[in-house]
Amino acid sequence: MCGIAGYAGALPRDEVAALLRRMCGAIAHRGPDAQGVHVSDGAGLGHRRLSVIDLTADGAQPMHSACGTFSIAYNGEIFNYIELRKMLEARGRRFRTASDTEVVLQLYEEYGPDFVTHLNGDFALAIWDERHKRMVLARDRMGVRPLFYTWHRGVFYFASEVKALLQVPGVEAEIDPFALDQIFTLWAPIAPRTPFKGIFELPPAHMMIVENGEARSRPYWALAFPEGGERDPRSEGGIAEELRTLLEDATRIRLRADVEVGSFLSGGLDSSIVSGLAARMAPNGLRTFSVTFDDAEFDESDYQQTMVRALGTQHHSIACGPEDIAGIFPAVVWHMERPVTRTAPAPLYQLSGLVREQGLKVVLSGEGADEIFAGYDLFREARIRRFCGRQPGSQIRPHLFRKIYPYLSSLQQQTPEYLAAFFGTGVDAADDPLFSHRPRIRATAGAKMFFSRDLRDQLAGYDATEEIASELPEAFVRWHPLHQAQYIETRFLLPGYILSSQGDRMAMAHGVETRFPFLDHRLVEFAAQIPPNLKLKGLREKHILRAATADLLPQAISERPKQPYRAPDSASFRGPVGDYVDEIMSAEAVTANGLFNPLAAAKLLEKCRRDVATGFRDNAAFVGIVSTQLWAREFSNMVSNRSREASV
Amino acid sequence: MPDAIKSQIRTFIVENFLFGDDSTPLGDEQSLIESDMVDSTGILELVSFLEERFGVAMADADIVPANLDSIARIAAFVARKSEVVAG
Repeated sequence: MCGIAGYAGALPRDEVAALLRRMCGAIAHRGPDAQGVHVSDGAGLGHRRLSVIDLTADGAQPMHSACGTFSIAYNGEIFNYIELRKMLEARGRRFRTASDTEVVLQLYEEYGPDFVTHLNGDFALAIWDERHKRMVLARDRMGVRPLFYTWHRGVFYFASEVKALLQVPGVEAEIDPFALDQIFTLWAPIAPRTPFKGIFELPPAHMMIVENGEARSRPYWALAFPEGGERDPRSEGGIAEELRTLLEDATRIRLRADVEVGSFLSGGLDSSIVSGLAARMAPNGLRTFSVTFDDAEFDESDYQQTMVRALGTQHHSIACGPEDIAGIFPAVVWHMERPVTRTAPAPLYQLSGLVREQGLKVVLSGEGADEIFAGYDLFREARIRRFCGRQPGSQIRPHLFRKIYPYLSSLQQQTPEYLAAFFGTGVDAADDPLFSHRPRIRATAGAKMFFSRDLRDQLAGYDATEEIASELPEAFVRWHPLHQAQYIETRFLLPGYILSSQGDRMAMAHGVETRFPFLDHRLVEFAAQIPPNLKLKGLREKHILRAATADLLPQAISERPKQPYRAPDSASFRGPVGDYVDEIMSAEAVTANGLFNPLAAAKLLEKCRRDVATGFRDNAAFVGIVSTQLWAREFSNMVSNRSREASV
Repeated sequence: MPDAIKSQIRTFIVENFLFGDDSTPLGDEQSLIESDMVDSTGILELVSFLEERFGVAMADADIVPANLDSIARIAAFVARKSEVVAG
């Protein structure tokens, strides 16, 4: 786990080493243990190291092949590197180090660009192939590790985070209005677009070859589901058994490290399963980490303690108090590098800080299970909407919406007529590819009412949902509706928000590597083939996962209904710590950035500051505006600081 | 009287759900849900406003789109309820 940076193109050799060091310095938090740069004719690589496997200097990067032709800078872990090394040794290759980096390098030597299909891991890497004068970039299948790039004056630059690219003189931080529209619709930009105009992200499961001043990218893997009419002949018990075997192996190889590996423990089903498996495999015991909330509406500490007692782990927790989120939110935005419509990343920033404080660099996470085993409320909601759509006048059916949202008090108080109206979005369009996501999209997009006239003019009627729909594979229409919903969630929201804003960026802010057993591609592919009614059985989410792991957990956890991870949004900014919001949402500041209507923003702030219940749209808009204004402040300051330093 | 009620309701909606943005015309018959002006919390805010401003008692059965999904519907509902109270 580390940070990488580099370039391909013609640059003056006497300046590039300093530039690479500056780029790496901007992402020093990703790899506090060491730094290295390598410059060759037409390319340069930089690396910040977080030592996890082979802690000796042998594992330092950039690393070069024995023949000197290939050099690599790599961020991540290849969990099957031991098996790959044996395979390569059987083919006659010899190794100089114990590191996984050398395995990746030799794999490239052996297989060329197809090497990437052999990797089971979370990675973003760059290999400079001196012989062909080409830079090969690749990113893991699910999008755990980030990789950004841009072109400037004919030179290609790349890095783990955008803040490294902003070290390149002439590369500026300017908001991309279409990315902002996507965030205010879908919670995340659609890769390769980023919030920075002209700076792009290599999409998950893609590789890119930069050669002769041109870049070509292509996917090397894609999530796919069975097409209609295919029947799965396997028994439920057989599927559960196979699932368990795969999950155990995915966890086992994610415990490979030369440092201690801990585990997040939220008290929910998924992290409890991962912690339960890891506790059995950790010979010296397992350390677990959780965040607790002062506000009982969000707190899960009773469940966390149930699991701690059951597993006997050494547990550490950190409390998220009423004003903590406001206090750290500017730093959170700086690390996320993108506006968001929720504050949920902030407590995870605190949690990763706790992990680091306790001396750990690596933790396991239960993230990913909700996508691959259909755990989110959205999947159940879509099923009820289809059920209601078949009898639109029913007074009984809409009551089911209350059942899936027991934690939303405003919904509990609604009549069936209003429930039907709120969730009725698109129920008459059962063939709409975005059917499952329409209510969420609509609720979020309501926040766009705060967009300024100027921003609306720039968007010129752009519709982010049309772009999503145009990105769907040809076979999508032949998949089961649940699988369609899972695909949208896994392809777009998982990498664009969960694994980035709530994942890599919060953990790496503290030099902590997160590993996700549920996102082992073997398990993802296996789960995609499981019949929909075994994932969502009636309204029981993750049915097959519960069946496969019931022996691991106390019944109070294994039968626990899904409680989505949430954090207080606008309420977090009501106290004095959040006073800075007055300045960034002032008419002057809002007008200066030109993105939002200053009058409406002021009234929203006033409403959110009053101690009144604030709904989903208002909260999303408030957090969206605050984070966008912070984004503009943090990154425009960064560019001006860099300019000052360069002039000095 | 109905126009006065409508005016107060309109002011509440513009201030509370449109945050003062009255640049787009808001028709008396325009659906608040279809126009994305209210969500589930917004309905509860509206109910609270009607109870406090007009002194109407809202039963659960009253909280339906037929009564509350446009300025015209809300005004008619308030007028009906006020008549009941006055009668």
